[in-house]
Amino acid sequence: MEHFSIITTREFLNKIGNKSFILMTILLPIILSGIGFLLTFLSSINNDTSKVISVVDKTGYIYEKLDSSNDIKYDLIGTSSSLDEARSISESKSDYGLLFIDNFDTPEKIAESIVFITEDSPSFSVIDRIESELETILTNENYRIEGIDINLINSSRIYINLFQESFDGEETSRIDGLVSLMFGFFLGFLLYFFIFAYGSMIMMSVMEEKTNRIIEIIISSVKPFNLMTGKIIGVSLAGLTQVFIWMVMFFAFSFIFSTIFGIDGSYDSGEIMLSSNNEAGVSSFVLEMISAFMNLPLTNIFIAFILYFIGGYLLYAAIFASIGAAIDNQADAQQFMIPITLIVIIALYVGILTIPEDPNGIVAQIFSYIPFTSPIVMLMRIPNGVPLYEQIISLTILFSSVVFMIWIGAKIYRIGILMYGKKVTYGEIIKWLKY
Amino acid sequence: MNNLLSIDSVSKHYGDFTALNKVSLNIKEGSIFGLLGPNGAGKTTLIRIINQITQPDEGKVLFNNEPLNIKHIKDIGYLPEERGLYPKMTIGDQVVYLAQLKGLDRDTSKSELRKWFDKFEIEDWWNKKVTELSKGMAQKVQFIVTVLHKPKLLIFDEPFSGFDPINANLIKDEILDLREKGATIIFSTHRMESVEELCEDIALINKSNKILDGNLYDIKTKFKSNIYEVGVNASNPDSLNKELDSIFETAKPSFKTIGENLKLNIKLNDKQNSDQLLKILNQSGKVIHFKEVIPSANEIFINSVENN
Repeated sequence: MEHFSIITTREFLNKIGNKSFILMTILLPIILSGIGFLLTFLSSINNDTSKVISVVDKTGYIYEKLDSSNDIKYDLIGTSSSLDEARSISESKSDYGLLFIDNFDTPEKIAESIVFITEDSPSFSVIDRIESELETILTNENYRIEGIDINLINSSRIYINLFQESFDGEETSRIDGLVSLMFGFFLGFLLYFFIFAYGSMIMMSVMEEKTNRIIEIIISSVKPFNLMTGKIIGVSLAGLTQVFIWMVMFFAFSFIFSTIFGIDGSYDSGEIMLSSNNEAGVSSFVLEMISAFMNLPLTNIFIAFILYFIGGYLLYAAIFASIGAAIDNQADAQQFMIPITLIVIIALYVGILTIPEDPNGIVAQIFSYIPFTSPIVMLMRIPNGVPLYEQIISLTILFSSVVFMIWIGAKIYRIGILMYGKKVTYGEIIKWLKY
Repeated sequence: MNNLLSIDSVSKHYGDFTALNKVSLNIKEGSIFGLLGPNGAGKTTLIRIINQITQPDEGKVLFNNEPLNIKHIKDIGYLPEERGLYPKMTIGDQVVYLAQLKGLDRDTSKSELRKWFDKFEIEDWWNKKVTELSKGMAQKVQFIVTVLHKPKLLIFDEPFSGFDPINANLIKDEILDLREKGATIIFSTHRMESVEELCEDIALINKSNKILDGNLYDIKTKFKSNIYEVGVNASNPDSLNKELDSIFETAKPSFKTIGENLKLNIKLNDKQNSDQLLKILNQSGKVIHFKEVIPSANEIFINSVENN
C-alpha cells in the first residue's frame, strides 16, 4: 500500500511535469477556442456582406414578390433585356449573380426557363433560398389562375406537433430525442478519447521502464501488481487533472468569448444553426434544448457515467499496461493495438448505427452486455432511458471482467517486463499465463 | 558462522524449460560470494528468486534463518546486469524515489544520498538528468541506488561492466568497505580476476545445475594437479634432465624465468612429494624457480564447464 502511493505520486507528478503534457494541456483549448473564434468571426464577416443578385423579370409579377433580406438583395436591372445584355450589366456591377426570368404563358414553362448565372459556383443556401421563393411565387400564381383561394388553403392547413410522453409520465419531444442522442454520443466519444489518450500513455510509461532497464531495479522492491496498478491510477489522475483544466479553461474562454462578441454564447450558436429563424424562434429553440436536457434522466446518467467510465477505462488500461510490458519498442505495439482499436470502433459504430433507430434494439442490447463494448454503447443508450436491471447486469459483467483483466494483465506484466529483446507473439503471451 | 542466506534445492521451470534444477547454496554472513556460470546458466533466475522477483517452483530460501518474505526486500540491494535509470527524472529525485521504494523515508534518503554525493565528489549531479551523464557516471548513480538503504545483502550482477579501470577500482574498494561494515555480498560475474581478488566462496552454475561450490581455497586445493614449475641453473643440465625424466613425469615448461639453463613442468604422483624433487634439484645446481601450479579460477571455471 505504501509502495502503491509512492508509485502513484511519482507517475502523477512525472506526467504532470512532462513538457508535452503541459503543452497539450494549454494548447489544445487555445487551439480549439481559436478555431471557434475564427469560425464565428468569419461567419459574422460573411453575414455582413449581403449578396446582390441582379434580376431580369419579363413576367412583371415575380420580382415584386421576391423577398430582399439582409444577406440577399434582389436588384431589378431590366424587364425586357436579352440574356446577353443582362449578363454584361450584371458583370459590370460585379454582382453575386444574375437571375434571368423569361415570360411564358404558364407558370410551368416559366419555371423551366429560369436561369441563375454566377461567377463562382453559388452556395447551397443561396440556391435553396431562391428556389423555394420562386416555387412559392409560381405555385401561388398557379392557384390564382386555377381560381383557388390561397387564403382558404392557408387557413385549411393543419399543423401537427405530437405531444409526447414517456410511460413514466415524463413529457418528451422530438428535441428530447435529439438531445438524448447527442448527449449519449458525446459521453461515448469522451470515453473513447479517454481510453486511447491515457491508455496509450500507460502503455508508453510501462514500456519506457522496460526499455530503460530500470524495471529490474524497481521490481526488486515492488510487487509487479502494485507497480502496474500504481501506474494506471497515477496516469489516470494526471488525465483527470488535464480534463479538469480543460473544463476550467473552456468556461473561462466562453466567458471571454461572449464578452468580446457582446452576446450570450448559446444565442450565437443558435443563430448560426438557424440563420433564417427570427430572434424569438432562436431563444425558444435554446430554451427547448435546455429543457430537453433537464428532462434527461440526469441522476442515472451521472451515476452510470462514473461507473462505466471507471470500469471501461480500467478494463482497457489493464490491457494497455500488459501490452506495454510485452513489447520492446513502439513498432511492436501495432499488432496488439489494431484489435483493440477495432473493438472500440465497432462499439462506436454499433452505437451510432443502431441507437437512433431503436435505443433498446437487440443489437444495442447485446453490445451493452459485452464488457469491451458495453461502456461506450451503454453510455450512448442511457440518455434514451435503459431499464435499471439491464444496467445492473451489464455493470456486473463489466466489473467482473475488470477484475479478471487486471489479474490477467498482472500475469502478463510480471513476465513481460523482464523479457528483453524478443518480439512477442500472441502464442507466447498465452504461454506466460500458464507460468 | 551464521548463514545469511540458505537456498535449499530450489527449482524453477518456464514451461518445458528448466531454469534451475534443485540448486542449494549457503552464503555466510559477512562473506563475498562469487556466483559464477556461463551465460544462460540460471544465475539471473537465481538472483531474481533471491530478490523475490520470481518465486521458485520448488525448494525454499531462508534469509537470516527465516523464510524469505516481503519484509526482507529492504535488507537486499540489487545491482542488475541490465540496469538503467529514468532518462527524464533528475538524479536526486529518482534516487530518492528508488530509496523510498526500499522503505526509506524521504528525509533519510535525501541525507544518505548527500553523503554519497559528497563521498564521490559529485554534489552537482543532484539536478542533472541521466541523459547528461556518461555511462560510467550513470553506473555510479546505480551503485549508490543499490547501497543507499544499507542492505544486509548486496547482489552485484557484473558490477564492473562498463566501468573504466579507475571507477572499477573505486567501486571495488567500496564493495570491500561495505563488507568491512558487515554486509554480505553476492557477486555474479564472468570476470575471473575479480573473483580471485574478492571472493572467499564460490558456486558454479551450468545448465541450470550447480556443478561446484565451496571455499575458493578448498576448491583450488582440490583442483591442483601436483604439477611444479622448476627452473635450475645446473652444472650438467643434460644429465639432470635425464635423471628427472626417469623419476618423474615431465612436460614442457609453461612459465618464464631468468638465469636458468633447464626448465620443466614436473608432475608428482601420489607417492612422491616436493621435498624429494627439491633435494634432487639442490644437489645438481642452483634452484632459480620452484612453484606449485595452482589452477586459476578461470581454469577451474573452464574445466568444470567443459567436463559438465
